[in-house]
This record gives sequence, structure tokens and C-alpha cells, in this order.
Amino acid sequence: MRSTSKKVDPRDHVLVPKHEVLPVEEAYKILKELGVGPEQLPWLKASDPVAKVIGAKPGDIVKITRHSPVVGELVVYRYVVSG
Amino acid sequence: MSERIQLNEKIVKGIRFGILSPDEIRKMSVTAIITAEVYDEDGTPIEGSVMDPRLGVIEPGQKCPVCGNVIGNCPGHFGHIELIRPVIHVGFVKHVYDLLRSTCRRCGRVKLHEDEIQKYKKIHEAIKRRWPSAAKRLIDYVKKSSMKAPTCPHCGEKQLKIKLEKPYNFYEERKEGMVRLTPLDIRERLEKIPDSDVELLGYDPKSSRPEWIILTVLPVPPITIRPSIMIESGIRAEDDLTHKLVDIVRINERLKESIDAGAPQLIVEDLWDLLQYHVATYFDNEIPGLPTSKHRSGRPLRTLAQRLKGKEGRFRGNLSGKRVDFSARTVISPDPNISIDEVGVPYDIAQILTVPEKVTKWNLDRLREYVINGPEKWPGANYVVRPDGRRIDLRYVKDRKELASTLAPNFVVERHLINGDVVIFNRQPSLHRISMMGHRVRVLPGRTFRLNLLVCPPYNADFDGDEMNLHVPQSEEAIAETRELMTVHRNILTPRYGGPIIGSAQDYISGAYLLTVKTTLLTESEVQTILGVADISKALGEPAILAPKRLYTGKQILSYFLPEDFNFHGPANISSGVRSCKDEDCAHDSFLVIKQGKLLMGVLDKKALGNQQPESVLHWLVREYSEDYVLWLMDNLFKVFLRFVELHGLTMTLSDVTIPPEASEKIAERAKDARKKVLELIELYKQGKLEPIPGRTMEETLESYILDTLDKLRNEAGEIATAYLDPFNNAYIMARTGARGSVLNITQMAAMLGQQSVRGERIKRGYSDRTLPHFRRGDISPEARGFIYSSFRSGLNPVEMFFHAAGGREGLVDTAVRTSQSGYMQRRLINALSDLRMEYDGTVRTLYGEVIQTIYGGDGVHPMRSAHGKTVDVDRIIERVVGWRR
Repeated sequence: MRSTSKKVDPRDHVLVPKHEVLPVEEAYKILKELGVGPEQLPWLKASDPVAKVIGAKPGDIVKITRHSPVVGELVVYRYVVSG
Repeated sequence: MSERIQLNEKIVKGIRFGILSPDEIRKMSVTAIITAEVYDEDGTPIEGSVMDPRLGVIEPGQKCPVCGNVIGNCPGHFGHIELIRPVIHVGFVKHVYDLLRSTCRRCGRVKLHEDEIQKYKKIHEAIKRRWPSAAKRLIDYVKKSSMKAPTCPHCGEKQLKIKLEKPYNFYEERKEGMVRLTPLDIRERLEKIPDSDVELLGYDPKSSRPEWIILTVLPVPPITIRPSIMIESGIRAEDDLTHKLVDIVRINERLKESIDAGAPQLIVEDLWDLLQYHVATYFDNEIPGLPTSKHRSGRPLRTLAQRLKGKEGRFRGNLSGKRVDFSARTVISPDPNISIDEVGVPYDIAQILTVPEKVTKWNLDRLREYVINGPEKWPGANYVVRPDGRRIDLRYVKDRKELASTLAPNFVVERHLINGDVVIFNRQPSLHRISMMGHRVRVLPGRTFRLNLLVCPPYNADFDGDEMNLHVPQSEEAIAETRELMTVHRNILTPRYGGPIIGSAQDYISGAYLLTVKTTLLTESEVQTILGVADISKALGEPAILAPKRLYTGKQILSYFLPEDFNFHGPANISSGVRSCKDEDCAHDSFLVIKQGKLLMGVLDKKALGNQQPESVLHWLVREYSEDYVLWLMDNLFKVFLRFVELHGLTMTLSDVTIPPEASEKIAERAKDARKKVLELIELYKQGKLEPIPGRTMEETLESYILDTLDKLRNEAGEIATAYLDPFNNAYIMARTGARGSVLNITQMAAMLGQQSVRGERIKRGYSDRTLPHFRRGDISPEARGFIYSSFRSGLNPVEMFFHAAGGREGLVDTAVRTSQSGYMQRRLINALSDLRMEYDGTVRTLYGEVIQTIYGGDGVHPMRSAHGKTVDVDRIIERVVGWRR
């Protein structure tokens, strides 16, 4: 039986890209650059396993750096919402 | 203009959905419906019944007693039924449940502190306009937290748990046990919720007060919405909705009588329940947990929800799936002699489809001619529209010559389709943008649409009975759009992967190969015959061979068609196995080199000119030269290939797949060895000495070893067979060039069919422990599990034939299942992505401005305009500019 108490860090998984919470100033800068309000970004639930681990709180902007076979490094942003 | 009444045009600014209030229902009603009887003895509808004449005109010639219009003009009018006891609207049961739980059972307030309510109200007010999605989340949060409160912070009332028993019964857990809440109780509670709290719960109290969910008055839709049909014997058949309404009225009547007569509570409640059931099924007859309401014949009734839902429903069937005019459909057949952007249209169709053409002084004479020809003679015209808007049907004009002479500028002639008109051609399923392309009309005799073979791949069409649709754009704008955006030669590159989707297939490829193969040497007159089909005028130049005879090579002929600055190098399709070449100067001639528009080495086959072959010769020609050149190339060069195979002759004979006896013996020997090896493996397994592969059971290990052995056997057999086959026999040529068939197909014909499989395993189904009754139980030897030693050439024995059929059947079932599944997936994808668009800043957004991608595709590259999806193909650019190895 696998123990249920053992916590697995989702960031260790190969398929999980790098997530990081953006500092507020930087978040403002990014939003300005994109010309969008935070809610217009795709949402990330605060209950998302990765969001929990990196300590993202509702209202934060999370920067996700993925690897794409087409364009190499790809940066996307998520707006953290409660849930 | 003069005939039409000028109306004050109003512009729709927005649509608001709400719940009808009882007052509103009564206000829009023309009559109360009180009687369940519909017709009296002589068959006239009874006033106050569901077929009341005031609800709308049904018979032609009749005038509406309400609005005075005749049939077709009278929109119909609503009536209403006063329900004796209220019932819940099934569509809103969830809302009722939420509202009951999130408001106080005594005072009807949201169960949050006053200051909290004020705070949330303020936030809601601020965001509801700008971010409706965020407002919705706020409301969900308010509801959720209000539901949690054990006592009301306003009146201190202890809150009881409310349970919903699907589909529409509510219970409250009181001390004395579960107590049912009647719709009357529920309505009372909902009425108590103040307007301001209603707003915080997400409803607009002006257009939808919660208590309106509990129906006290039921609107009766106009007859125009539920017409009765006369069957030939004169019997009236009523619409399903009418039946349902009659049921409701009848039960309502009985309920009223029972209450008036002071019937026992139990009976009243039963009737009330029945009324609830009928009203619920009137809205939706597919509610889970409720028996469907049925017609006398046992057919389920098609009530309101059923009319809207599903494929044949109002939305998918009538609104998104409208039938259109100016369209045609017929069987397609091939015509290699028309241009790729043409479509052959039969005369019969060209005489019915029309294009409106405005009369000017420049086309006056031509259009007069059409009018004189009339609807029967092509090219003619079917209608003339005068400047005052009057349409003249040419079928009924006695003297068309006279009409033609009155033709003057500003008339519009709806003339027949003529050569050169642009039309949209389509084949279902329209999975692509290139399933609909613009073609030029070519009116031809016959009864089928003709299309060039090269445009089969985008439509995925073949000629085994396929039908296609044709639409005629009517406005100048639509015609221009079709011509500029949709024409075939603007859609040669597919946006799917940025390669050419239009290109040669089958005998075009064989022709290209045979023409460019080293052994093709042609005399001047042969060259002229071949080039005769093409629209090309170039000096032939010196032949490659001057003595003993002046002979042109096929490669020279091909080079006439290439632009003079075109360079290319790469392997051909035939470059495989022993005949593969990796560089120029290769004995097999399977490495293609084009320098300065001259085909120097290699042959052209599927890799060079085939359809759906990115980074091929064809692809670079399409990308680097003009559309007109590519159109010309496809219309002429490809015809040359066909002419050449016609002259050369290409067929397949039995001897193409016949191997000499010594080869058969070799194969039989290998087969014997392999069989022995398998039996040894089985013996080893039985003794338990087989070493299992990690992660697999003993049985799986054995299966895997057996499959490997047998697969090797089939490959060896194929190798032996191909070694004995003439590499230049026609069947083999077709397989190697990629024209049709594969080397595997040839080995299956010549050498051995190999293992047949069902679900990726050797065949093991059928009887218990055996596939067929003439094997021993538990026999897992190759021949008992679907291995076929025979070839198609030698013929299959009955057992082998059975296994082959079993394997073949699985393939058929698979394709049938796959198409339906992928069709549904496609539908859901399209619905999810349909309104996304790329904004000018490069972001992909929804209609509400929500960002899906910050830059389209991560790199902003349009695959159709890029080199096989790459932003830039550096290697190709270098080769183009400085050449390959200079």
C-alpha cells in the first residue's frame, strides 16, 4: 500500500513546467505590456497542486516557463483565483 | 421600393433574458384557457380551449379576430392557463434549491451580516459591468457562505437543512422529521427575499423575481407554433404540444373541482402532483427520474425542450443548418483536362443556377442575348429585375425579344451560369477550410460535376459515388471574396502543416517517374507528342544524345517546365534499402539534384511531386514562385505525365508478383525453421524454463517471442521475394515510387501474408481454448493462431482465409468507430474555439477580451505562410541564394 501521508512535490515531475509567482511590480509591468487586466489572463485555481506548492495566493500572477518544440522557450502567465 | 411599406427601422442594442412574471403573462394573453374540450360536434374549435381561434389563424382565408391579419401575416397570440395550485418550473429547480438554502427561512434575507452584505453589494456593483465572469464568482461565493450559516444573523432564526429530491420535490428536516415543502410554501419563501438581496444572489429583480419561478399562470403558445395537421382521411392530428396543454388544462380542471368539492387532502395532493408532472414534461420530456410522457401510440411526446435540443433541434437543425438557394449537388467524376481551379457543371444545372448581373452599356448586348435565349436555352436568363424592383419571370414572358429591347442600364438580369463564373465547391464532411474552395465554372455536357484529380486530396474525394455541393455567390462582394481568398491555387498550401496538399497521386507519380528515369530516351517527334498536351512554347534545344541517334532524355523534358533559377537537392522516394542514395553521383539515380532549373540527377516521384509532401520540389516551387506559375505547372506538367504513361503503358500482371520455384522453396524452408523455433519456445514455456521479460507474465513473454519470430519470418520472406522480383516490373515501380501500394503489399502478394491480428494480438477468440474446431484445445502453434504461410499469389487455404477475414473485419469496424468518435471530438473542438480570434497585437482572445495566448501559436507564425511551420528555413534560403555546393 502506498502511504497517503507522503507529499509529492508536483514540480519534480518531468511534465510540469517551471512556475513562479511574479513580484507585484513585475506583474504590473507584464500586464501593462500585454495591455490586459489580470482577469483577462487565463486563470489558475489557488487549489492547483503547483499553486499550493509555490504559495500562490488569489490575486497573484504566476509565470510559467514551458518548453515548446516549435518555439523553444515559451512564457505564459496565469492569474490566480480562489478555489 | 414603392410597394413596400417604409417601417421605422429599430436597431437591436441588446437582448435581456428574464423570467416572465404572472402579470406579464396575463397581460400578453388574449384569453384564458379554461376548457379541456377542443372541438365541438361539427369540428369547430371551442372558444376558451387550447385551439381558441384568437390564438392565431390556421385556415387560409380566415381573418385573425385579434389582429385582423390573414394566415402567414398573423404571428399568433398567447393565451394563458390560471393554475389552481402553483407548480415549479423544472428548468429552474437548481435555482430554487440554491435560493432556499442561501436565504433565511423566516425573513428571507441573505444569511450574512448587514455590513458584509453591504460590502459585497458594493463590490458587485463595481465589477458586474466590467468583469461579468468575476461578478459571477463573487455571487457564487456569497451563496456558498450564506448557505453555511446555521442561524440567520438578521432575525436569529435557526436554519434547517433543505433537501432536493430529484427532479422537483423539496423537503425540510424538521424536528418532527422530513416535511415536504409544497410549491406554495416555496413561493412564500421566495417572495420574502428583498429586491436588494435578490441582486446579490445574481438575479435582476426587475426582470426576474425568484418567486416567478413558481408558476401560477402558464402561458399558452399561439397555434402557429403547434399547428394541427390534416391527415388524408380528414382526421385532425394535433401537435404534441397541444396534447400536453390539453392534459394540463384537464388536470387543472379536476384539481379545481376536487378542491371546490372539499375532497380529502390526499386526493388534492395527488392531483397537484399530477399537474406538476404535466407542466414539467410540457417543458422537458426527458427529465431524469420522471417517466416520459407518451402519445397514445407509445411514442414519446416532443415537447418544448425536445424541439430545441439535439441535431435536428431548432438550433443545430434550423438555425445553424439552414437550407440555401443557389446551390446544387450531384455525383462527381474526374476530368484531367480541365484546370485545377475549374469545376465542370452540367448544362442542366447551369440553366437553373443564376448570377445577378447589373445591366450597363458595356454588357447590354450580351445580356439582351441571354434574355432572348430565355430559361430553356443555355446561356440564357431566368429572371429580369426592373429598376423599380419588379421581378419578371422569363418562363411566362411571351415575347422575350420585346422584353430584351426594353433592357437598359440599371436592370438586373439573373443569367445562367457561364464559363468563368466563380462558385464555391464543397464536399462533406467540411473539416477544413479547404473543404470549400472557389472554382471557375466550366459548363459541360453530362450529369456530373467534373473536377481535376489534383484537387481530390483537400476534399478527400474519390469517384466511387461521392457527391459534392456547389454554391453560387450572388453579390459582387461575395464573388470578389471567393475569387481572392478561396480559389484553389491560393489554397495549395494547407494551414495544417504548411505543405502542399494539392499534388500528384497515383498514375501522375508513375508517369513522373517513368518520364524522368534514366532509360527514357525520346526522339524529337516523341517529345513533340508528349509536349503537345501542354501549353508551353520553348525551344527544344540540343538533345542530350547526338549519336547514333538524336535522343532527348526525360529529364530534359521535365526541365522545360522548371524556372531557370530553381535549385533543389534531396533523396527521392525510391531511395530506400539497397537502392538508397545519400549524395549526388549515385548509381541508382535516386538522389534528386536540380540546378539552375535543370534536372541533373534523380527521378521525380512521390517525395518530389506528391500531395501532402512538405519540403518537396513541389513545395518550394509553390512557395518561391507565383501562383500563376504553379497553376500553369499543375495544369500542364501534370498532364504531360499522364500523356507519358498513356504512351508508355502501365499495367500489372500476375507475373509481376510471381516468384521462381527456388524462391518459394527458400521461403518454405525459412517458414519451417521459424515454425520449429516457435514450437521450441512453446515447449520451453510448457517446461517453465522460459525467461520472462521484466514486467510481463510468462504467457505475455511467450506471445511476444512468438510474434517476434513470426514477424522476422515474414520480413525474410519478403526480402527473398523482392530479391527475385524484377525491380522494374510495374507493380514494384508503383510501390517504390509511392504511386500506389507498398512493398509490404507486394510481399503479401508474392511471398507470405504473415500474422493476422485482432486487437493487436494473435487471433485467439472463437471456441473455448481454440480458434476453430479442427485444432486441439490449447494449441497455440502459429497456424492455429492466425498465421498465414500462403501468399495471395498462391492462394489461401480455408482456415487461413477465415483468419484473414477476421483481421479484415476488425479494420472495418475500427474505421467506422473512429470516424464517429473523431467527428464528435471535432464538433466539440470547433464549438470551443469558434469565436477566438487574433487581435492586431498578436494575442489570441475570446470575444470578451480574455487572453488565450499572448502571441498566436507561441511565435505568431501562420503555418500556411511559413515553410513547413518553421519561422524561417535557413537551409533552404541559403540553397536558393548561393546554390547547393555552388
